Amino acid sequence: MSATTKNRYDVAIIGAGPAGMAAAVEVTKAGLSAIVLDEQPAPGGQIYRGIETSDEKRTKILGPDYAAGRDIARAFRDSRAEYLPGATVWNIDSALGIDVSLGQGSKHIQAGAIVVATGAIERPTPMPGWTLPGVTTAGALQILLKANGVVSDDVVFVGSGPLLSLIAAQMLKAGVKPRAIVETVPQSRYVAALKHLPAALGAASYLLKGMAMMLSLRRAGVPIYRDATGIRIEGNGKAEAVTFTSGGKSHRLETTSVALHQGIVPNQQVTRLLRCEHEWNKSQHCFVPKVDEYFETTMADVYVAGDGAGIGGAVAARLRGRLAGLRIAEKAGRGNAQERRSVTDALMREAKIRPLLETLYAPSPEILAPADETLVCRCEEVTAGDIRKAVDLGAPGPNQVKSFLRSGMGPCQGRMCGLAVSEIIASRRGEPISEIGYYRIRPPLKPLLLSELAALESEEAVPVDLADESAALH
Amino acid sequence: MFKRAEETGAPALSFTFEGKPLKARSGDTIAAALLAADERIFRTTPVTETPRGPFCLMGVCFDCLVEIDGVPNRQACMVQVEEGMQVRRQSGSAEVIS
Repeated sequence: MSATTKNRYDVAIIGAGPAGMAAAVEVTKAGLSAIVLDEQPAPGGQIYRGIETSDEKRTKILGPDYAAGRDIARAFRDSRAEYLPGATVWNIDSALGIDVSLGQGSKHIQAGAIVVATGAIERPTPMPGWTLPGVTTAGALQILLKANGVVSDDVVFVGSGPLLSLIAAQMLKAGVKPRAIVETVPQSRYVAALKHLPAALGAASYLLKGMAMMLSLRRAGVPIYRDATGIRIEGNGKAEAVTFTSGGKSHRLETTSVALHQGIVPNQQVTRLLRCEHEWNKSQHCFVPKVDEYFETTMADVYVAGDGAGIGGAVAARLRGRLAGLRIAEKAGRGNAQERRSVTDALMREAKIRPLLETLYAPSPEILAPADETLVCRCEEVTAGDIRKAVDLGAPGPNQVKSFLRSGMGPCQGRMCGLAVSEIIASRRGEPISEIGYYRIRPPLKPLLLSELAALESEEAVPVDLADESAALH
Repeated sequence: MFKRAEETGAPALSFTFEGKPLKARSGDTIAAALLAADERIFRTTPVTETPRGPFCLMGVCFDCLVEIDGVPNRQACMVQVEEGMQVRRQSGSAEVIS
């Protein structure tokens, strides 16, 4: 590991989670030069957040799957890859030139190949009250625990997915009993998921872990409400209660902390910026970039490894990173076909649990069809009803809705509303979402100061159109 | 409410939020330190001036925007606390909310 010294690299890797770290190790092992750009101050990504600083006690709470990140981070630190933490990629041009914001200035890097390892984000979950302070994603609470050892003692978890029960179980181990788990999985899903059980038995360790988590929560007396519908978060300026119907009864749980989760989806910003082709993955209910068997996108020499190529989990992310790295090395005449095959085989084993999880924990019908008055675009405060009205007035897709309403034009640049907006338009127009598409993503990927642009090292490297509306920030 | 699950012995840092002195631990982001102090409201929105707090804590949602040492639009979840930092709520309107 060394500090950054130059501007040209055989490979630039964006993101220092399991995929990015593994790709960096593989390409440098093959003798290629590589730089890893990551927004966070330390490696690990969100899945291994705080992995280098988490002490024994905290690591025990988070469990062995988290602890596995230590070796991955160590191998990355020991590699010859250069590592630039605190670096925000804000533009990439078609010749694979990368503009990076370092807080105090911008840097331009020229790459021969790019591995996009920017992982996943939590699926947008529009519902009444989801913008109230005190409402977070479930992942946010896990980040607080991993990175800071901060916990909340009255959390109501709302939603579905393996991460929801994992985080609830981790909180329990940290000594704070969740107030309740409000599960949104419709009863019918269990039946539908059954047919995927035989395949999932090929990844039985995941099933056993899931069962152990649920058992620990039940033993501790954490109330679990099933098949909850009509969920609302109430509060005057802050979250105060969650109301819902479950088992034919209305419930109201008072709490100051509500954690939402409906699974995770690929973070598409970089692959959309690069105009890589994306397709709708019906089973995962999200857009994924089209990739070949080595995770190369439709844009030559641009790879997307990890959950960004479709949700596969942390173990698969690392394997995908390795595979992309091995492929890049192979193209440079430094291939290792045997290793490549063993990684491919391991990836196939990892995939066995996915159909069961994807069927059981598909997003809840309620968040896919929010009520008219529910806010969808958090930044510009645009409701589902506004979007439907714009569609009725003739807006055929997300980019026209954006022009009508400013949805997706605030500082988050559509990250928090994009999928929901496409979903609402598709359902209003009665067209498949694959036809509706997604926001067009433009630079800068994150808002940046004009002083940073002015501080660019070379004058020719200013590819951004400053008049672009996505740069606007209130 | 939010609290620290453990004592790590990490060095303490002092900073202010809306002029109020608060403690953080070395390595804390501003968002983590404010939540640990059970502060929930980080800003008000530009459109309807309603209060918001951190939502994703991973740099995606931009709901934790605050003013740090006079510079607005900073993501509290992406900036680490430094000794003596002055943090203020980012107000959607000209008036400072209470």
